[in-house]
Amino acid sequence: MINKKGKVLTGVIAGALVLALVGCGTTTPGAPKTPANEAAQAVTLTGAGSTFMQPLLTQQIADYSKQHPNITVNYQGVGSGAGIKQVSDNLINFGGTDAFMTDDQLAAAKGGKILQIPMTLGAEAISYNIPNAPNELKIAPTTLADIYLGKITNWNDSRIAADNPGVTLPNLKITVAHRSDGSGTTSIFTHFLSAISPEWDSKVGKGTSVNWPVGIGAKGNASVAGIVQQTPGTIGYVELAYALQNNLPHALIKNKDGKWVAPSLDSASAAAAAFQVPDDMRVNIVNAPGATAYPIAGFSWALIYQQQSDKAKGTALVNFLNWAIHDGQKLAPSMQYAPLPSNLVSREEAMLKSVTYQGQPLLK
Amino acid sequence: MKQNRASAGDTILRLLTFLMAVGVVGLIIWVGWEMFSSAKESINAFGWSFVTNRVWDPVKQNFGALPFIYGTIVTSLIALVVAGPIGLGVAIFLNEMAPGKVRSLISFLVELLAAIPSVVYGLWGIFVLAPLLRDYVEPWLEKWFGFLPLFQGSAVGLGMLSGGLILAIMILPTIAAISREVMAAVPDSQREAALALGATKWEMVRVAVLAYAKSGILGGVMLGLGRALGETMAVTMVIGNRPDILPSLFAPAYSMAAVIANEFTEATYNLYLSSLVEIGLILFGITLVLNAFARLLVWSVARGPKGGHLV
Repeated sequence: MINKKGKVLTGVIAGALVLALVGCGTTTPGAPKTPANEAAQAVTLTGAGSTFMQPLLTQQIADYSKQHPNITVNYQGVGSGAGIKQVSDNLINFGGTDAFMTDDQLAAAKGGKILQIPMTLGAEAISYNIPNAPNELKIAPTTLADIYLGKITNWNDSRIAADNPGVTLPNLKITVAHRSDGSGTTSIFTHFLSAISPEWDSKVGKGTSVNWPVGIGAKGNASVAGIVQQTPGTIGYVELAYALQNNLPHALIKNKDGKWVAPSLDSASAAAAAFQVPDDMRVNIVNAPGATAYPIAGFSWALIYQQQSDKAKGTALVNFLNWAIHDGQKLAPSMQYAPLPSNLVSREEAMLKSVTYQGQPLLK
Repeated sequence: MKQNRASAGDTILRLLTFLMAVGVVGLIIWVGWEMFSSAKESINAFGWSFVTNRVWDPVKQNFGALPFIYGTIVTSLIALVVAGPIGLGVAIFLNEMAPGKVRSLISFLVELLAAIPSVVYGLWGIFVLAPLLRDYVEPWLEKWFGFLPLFQGSAVGLGMLSGGLILAIMILPTIAAISREVMAAVPDSQREAALALGATKWEMVRVAVLAYAKSGILGGVMLGLGRALGETMAVTMVIGNRPDILPSLFAPAYSMAAVIANEFTEATYNLYLSSLVEIGLILFGITLVLNAFARLLVWSVARGPKGGHLV
């Protein structure tokens, strides 16, 4: 009896371990190929990557499928890094990422030139939990960097007080919260800190995961928001949607022009519009100039190959993406995503028109 | 004719079951090998310093597993220290003292603990356990035991203590159930002999039951430890996810399984990925060795060893 029980237990443990490990090692195979001559028949597109744009994309896919019942789009929110990897290995039809691909990553792509198409735009709120503090506390970027560097450790610090005349902040230890899972949110936030603090740039740097000098990590926006809500003295960065939907207090951040700006869809769009976006669309829009621009914002990109190897799929893909950057943007504000600036949309459409199958453009 | 068919059936059955058995062994070896080859890049880059390096910096491509090993071991030890005695107490009560109806009800409830998904434990940890620790338990510990470095520092509620306590609840049913099975295997003649010599109930349990079953109980504890080492979701939700080695149990830490789950999806370059796989390989190795050890202990009691003195 004992013997059996032990065996079963070991088996279960080993089995679970094996499953978990095998799960880690494998990647999703591409959808089965349909012959190119069956165009306009049922087409299934597979995408994977960023979880940040997933809620919007899922809604866009649902709406698009209603109008085009023959097109099915499966998008898996596996994370930007995994999305980039799967596109590079040519396992999926499109990827999604919150951090644009680097030159090295582009060079490693197996299917040729990759186009990076901005799909949406997000901003991050700096939220905090200080008993009896006002909603829109002012936090200067350098103060924020020093809080995250562990140099400012108490809410009654004179540098926080200097920006908030008339507000008395308690003698309360600052608990720093950040994301523990690799995320585009962290990428945008650390790009911002690197842009405004040379010390942060050299000591910590920027990326989807960094070596945080202080603080506790929580998995996902919801957990960071949860920690901030529960723990007095905590500061954390969350996607704008989470701050607005959960009614979290959020700080005003001083932007590059010296104006105090609240995080909102408009101020994020203003940040995107303020930048001269290069032709390859690879741009970080943190610390944007302009009186109304909110400094902690960033794009999410769709990744597609310029040369498509399947006519039906390629056609469906560019048509879907073209719809998503035009009509699909109407869904964005209600879901707390900032719509793409119109000057960018026309340039993106031109990019989609450059996508070809055997030399023929796919988007008419 | 009939005989032939029967023996053909036997042969097929033997072959089939043999293949299944070999398949499991092969799977373990395959997983181990795949992990080893995926971890090769990190093994070549860092060598043994991977297990002694305290820095985990994906930006500067500097990876060390020590903080994760530390966090995993400390939380698992807390879990054992808390769940071991309680689990054993539950088993003794159920086996030696409880009346039949109470026994089946309590053992059902204890085993129900094992069926709760770990993410539910994690949620409970965030919303109930962490605030409780932050507001009451940790200040109390600091007030009375603050002279020990273990109980110093600011109480946030998320850290090694909460991670360890969540794990303790999760491994409790494993320890209780296995201890109970092992104790039930102790022959009644042992108990009767002890009682006949005038032993009290406790003396009987100590001399006859625990002494007889100790290696099996230890095996159960080890299996609990195995679960604690590999537990991911609940731990990452309450441990604070900070790759640091701090003496205070209130401080945030990180576990091996948690870092893999957290960072795998966004591991954007090969060395990063490879380092995460190497952590998995270390965890795999530790779990394998521990489980093998636990199995040996459980075997040794099931084979019917002699009773003896409880050390």
